[in-house]
Amino acid sequence: MSSIPVMDPGVAAPVPANARFEWRTVLRHRLPLRVMHWLNLLCMLVLVGSGLQIFNAHPALYWGQASSFDAPAFATDAMRGPDGKARGITTIGQHRFDTTGVLGVSRRADGMRVKRGFPEWATIPGPRSLALGRRWHFFFAWLWVINGSCYLLWSLASRHLTRDLAMKRRDWRAIPASIVEHLRFRHPVGDEAARYNPLQKLAYLAVIFVLAPLAVLTGLSMSPQMDSLLGWWLQLVGGRQSARAIHFIVMSLFVLFTIVHVLMVVYAGPINEMRSMISGRFRVRYPRADEGGRNDA
Amino acid sequence: MHDDDFLASRRRLLRAAILGSGASLLAGCDALSNNPRFVDVLGAAEPLSQRVQRALSGNRLAAEYPESMISPLFRPNGSIDPQTPEYLALKADGFRSYRLQVAGLVERPLEFSLDALRALPTRTQITRHDCVEGWSVIGKWSGVPLAHLLDLARLRPGARHVVFHCFDDLTGDGSRYYESVDLVDACHPQTIVAHSLNGSPVPIANGAPLRVRIERKLGYKQPKYVRMIEVVDGYGAFGAGHGGYWEDQGYDWYGGI
Repeated sequence: MSSIPVMDPGVAAPVPANARFEWRTVLRHRLPLRVMHWLNLLCMLVLVGSGLQIFNAHPALYWGQASSFDAPAFATDAMRGPDGKARGITTIGQHRFDTTGVLGVSRRADGMRVKRGFPEWATIPGPRSLALGRRWHFFFAWLWVINGSCYLLWSLASRHLTRDLAMKRRDWRAIPASIVEHLRFRHPVGDEAARYNPLQKLAYLAVIFVLAPLAVLTGLSMSPQMDSLLGWWLQLVGGRQSARAIHFIVMSLFVLFTIVHVLMVVYAGPINEMRSMISGRFRVRYPRADEGGRNDA
Repeated sequence: MHDDDFLASRRRLLRAAILGSGASLLAGCDALSNNPRFVDVLGAAEPLSQRVQRALSGNRLAAEYPESMISPLFRPNGSIDPQTPEYLALKADGFRSYRLQVAGLVERPLEFSLDALRALPTRTQITRHDCVEGWSVIGKWSGVPLAHLLDLARLRPGARHVVFHCFDDLTGDGSRYYESVDLVDACHPQTIVAHSLNGSPVPIANGAPLRVRIERKLGYKQPKYVRMIEVVDGYGAFGAGHGGYWEDQGYDWYGGI
């Protein structure tokens, strides 16, 4: 990405003679990366949906090796309210929230209000089926791990990782400035626009090297078979139920990352950003040489 | 077009696109979930998980815990009070007339009373029980290693699986719970035919008089109320042919994750 092959500067949008900027089209994302990106999105969507289906089979989280059923760290439940109607109650530690409609009690596709952890629109499949949820989850978990491994190998071999993602000294120093730029909603131009900014790099690195391995390890250590090998890891995180809780938290962070990621795409120009992940082509605004490179147009 | 209008319409379009693709994704997943061929494709992950997880974990033991970590209640699930006539009869006389049968592809079919089982070599283990639903409890189980029973009965050539036939009728349709594992799991050192839980005879809710513990499996692979242990060359002839009560409802036979 940093060695941006300029594909066809001449074909870029016609530039009025008096403009202080010119548009150049660059190849931003190479084909393997684009394919792996969308495959990753598909896997993540299915993994979250089927994971919530599995969670619904026992919608409570605990800390430790075993479940302390009367003191969950997080739970959704249904209770009868004063009007006789079922209310969805979500418990986080000592705090209780009425989450009727979303957590605890929600409407099914046929309009019936039912007791459910997460609602039908959030789970795969929609209707309750732990067996099917597990099938979806494990199939796409393998696909996700294989896709992720391919991504890592490709990123190393193509130097995507070292050139585009690795934090360089310059990036660390640019963090405060980058925070200010984000807060002021200022778009970078020129080479800066074609590079990942330091906050973006940190977010991607955290997802790739912290969240993803955590998701795999906490997922595998819910397996009684694998625990005969991963006992040390369970000790480290506090037990099997802790691993399950962390798996859930990691999922939530993935969802949060995805929301912010999509918001940033919308903010940075959804058409241009989407095109760069579909065809690879990305339009970048470059200051015209005779204008001295001011970037506050 | 005015810039604001353009942005607003773009925003509407985006929102519609996101909601639309989300809804069609979910509808698509539900349609695929009803397609038996697709569900079979998803099932391709099961042998992969089994092969890889077994290759990685070998014959290692499941973690064992100190007494202090035993759960106050060993949460029962599935059948908790079987009502089949043969079970009620045994329960009425305190399981004195109960006999565990070991049959099938063995040189010597055997029968054991509970006293006879208690006189055999016993293994005691404090292990964690993981339900497929996601919760865990810890309990102390004592029983006879299944490998020892199979040694006494002597496997015949062709023996590949062990099917556990149970007393309980979980569906209430006259069928009986059953389960099966292969000889790797049957002969694992922690696979025991347990006659006691936390130092007392196994309670009714937890599978009296005998529950098989297969510690590296989920709960549904560890049958309660065991009547007979049958050695077979394949489990296809039992139930709906998928190797167990829950397997017949679409759960995986591996049951190790």
